[in-house]
Amino acid sequence: MVTRVTSVLEIEGLRKTYRTLRRGPRQALDGFDMTVEAGQVHGFLGPNGSGKTTTLRTLLGLIRPNGGRMRILGHEVPAGLPQVAGEVGAIVESPQFFPHFSARDTLSLLADAGRVPQQRVGEVLELVGLRDRAKDRVKTYSLGMKQRLAVASALLKQPRLLILDEPANGLDPGGIREMRDLMRNLVASGMTVVLSSHILGEVQQICDSVTIISRGRRVAAGPVAEVLAQHSSGGLRVRLEAVTDLPAAAAALTAAGAQVTTHPDHLLVTGVDKPAWVTRTLAEQDLYLAELAPVTVDLESVFLELTGTAPTAGTSRQVDDSVAVAA
Amino acid sequence: MSLLRAERRRLFKRRFTRYMLVLVLLVLGAVAVGTFATNHKIGPEQIAAAQRQADQEYQQQARWAQQERAACEQAKAAGIAEGRYPADCSMITGPTRDQIDPEWYLPETFAFRKDFEPTLTILAGILALFAFVVGASYVGAEWHTGGMMNLLLWRPRRLPVLLTKLGTLLAALFGLYVGVAAAWTAAFWGIATLRGNTDQVTSGVWQSFALTGLRGFGLVVAAAVIGFGLASVGRHTALALGAAVGVGVVGQIGVGIALELFDVQFFERWLWPSYLRAWMDKQLVLRDYDSCDFSLAGECRPQEFIMTWQQSGVLFAVATAAVLVAAVWTMRRRDIT
Repeated sequence: MVTRVTSVLEIEGLRKTYRTLRRGPRQALDGFDMTVEAGQVHGFLGPNGSGKTTTLRTLLGLIRPNGGRMRILGHEVPAGLPQVAGEVGAIVESPQFFPHFSARDTLSLLADAGRVPQQRVGEVLELVGLRDRAKDRVKTYSLGMKQRLAVASALLKQPRLLILDEPANGLDPGGIREMRDLMRNLVASGMTVVLSSHILGEVQQICDSVTIISRGRRVAAGPVAEVLAQHSSGGLRVRLEAVTDLPAAAAALTAAGAQVTTHPDHLLVTGVDKPAWVTRTLAEQDLYLAELAPVTVDLESVFLELTGTAPTAGTSRQVDDSVAVAA
Repeated sequence: MSLLRAERRRLFKRRFTRYMLVLVLLVLGAVAVGTFATNHKIGPEQIAAAQRQADQEYQQQARWAQQERAACEQAKAAGIAEGRYPADCSMITGPTRDQIDPEWYLPETFAFRKDFEPTLTILAGILALFAFVVGASYVGAEWHTGGMMNLLLWRPRRLPVLLTKLGTLLAALFGLYVGVAAAWTAAFWGIATLRGNTDQVTSGVWQSFALTGLRGFGLVVAAAVIGFGLASVGRHTALALGAAVGVGVVGQIGVGIALELFDVQFFERWLWPSYLRAWMDKQLVLRDYDSCDFSLAGECRPQEFIMTWQQSGVLFAVATAAVLVAAVWTMRRRDIT
């Protein structure tokens, strides 16, 4: 049986150059590609200034691209946006609302503009936990409450594709967990969610697939597990009872054919099929293990490696200092 | 229609719109109350009182002339105070009775036929100011607070969104103008009835008032579009207000002073308030009292420059269209970041 994968979002070779008189041209997107499959939570990651928000704004018709193709739910955008806008809910960057309107008024006006029944306003306010504060003016809201309101506005039209830019920004831990549960429920109901976030632990927990962007280009994409596996060394962390034995252990393992990297309090051993081989090799030299554990990678370390944005002691990284991949 | 309904709700939900509306109504009310308080009905009693006051004035002037003439003759006999009096003391005379018009002593009265039209200019000016700031704030605040971006995520058709907003604003202003103008006319008709007269208000007079009112609405529309357009181009209310202050105060005062310093003839023709006056008053005649325009009889009359409402109309239409085109162009072309 052949399973046909439906992409709800496809971007090919997207280009955008910002031009200012003072600073000249700056390439924000340089042939960026991205695909999001239906029914997934897709993480969209990148350092500051890498082009995430430009990508999302371009998709939503707020920014005019200089080249490339984009499709949402099978419609070419931006030309087809008016046809598809009713099925796309989005919040882009920080939530912005008219400060003197209440949350209910804000949503009610959007519902009117989008031909959404007014009863839906109450439903989404309930869903994001703002029911009891719905009549308060937005200017009295905390950042987290504004974020909830932004999510409510995106959910108002019951979209098939939900694009959320930093939805957990400003949320308390309980709010983050609620947001996570909400997204899971939305996906379970058939919605596709594109989630741009810097909380990589959160992304790893919740996302099925991920795209990582750096300096306007895609540096990694695919299911989260695959991306992690591609960047996992498959190594083992080895600690001995006595730290002074580390050089001898390193020599023994190297002589036996493994690749060993020495750290102050442990060894990192790669090129080994089975962990038991390490135990046996060291025991034969009267060296005894305190710890033998596989080295796992997380999304954060993969992200930092791929984008080249890991902090380095003694240097201050600038926002544009990230990895540029070859065209 | 849904967007139109949403925009109408949004416009009137805004506190700024409501506060400005209340302020405008208070100012207009104050003008009407002030007019009522400073005008009085003229009847036989007021005419008789004015007649008496004119008689008293005539007698007082005649007594003064007689005293002065006597003093002149005394001084002349004593050979003193040369230069203070004329050589011929009989030249000191008082006014004749008919030179003192009893009308001068009548209280102010509101003659609807003569006095209502200028009040339409006041009404149009105040509503135009309202239209400018509310128009600028309506779209400027939307841009500034991100409301426009949110709306475009829902209705990703930039021009229809912008033009629906403008259309909503103009429709609301039309409704406001019609309602306020009707109330204004009724109020001043009442003032004329109670504190003046409604004599000789023919259909032609009403037609003239209607045309002045129509030109007033044109002014309101131009102000609204210019305020809205400038704030949309700058994506901030402050740009429109800054431009208004820049052009209205600094530009006009600066240009006025410079032109006057350089003795530019009819320098007022370069200042936009002159065009406003010409627009509302049908024409504005500028006179240069430093020059002569000799008539056939050899009489020296100051040269004149006539500004017509048609010229003003073309100028305002071009300015309004230019700002609107700029707003539409930037809406189409500029990224929303």
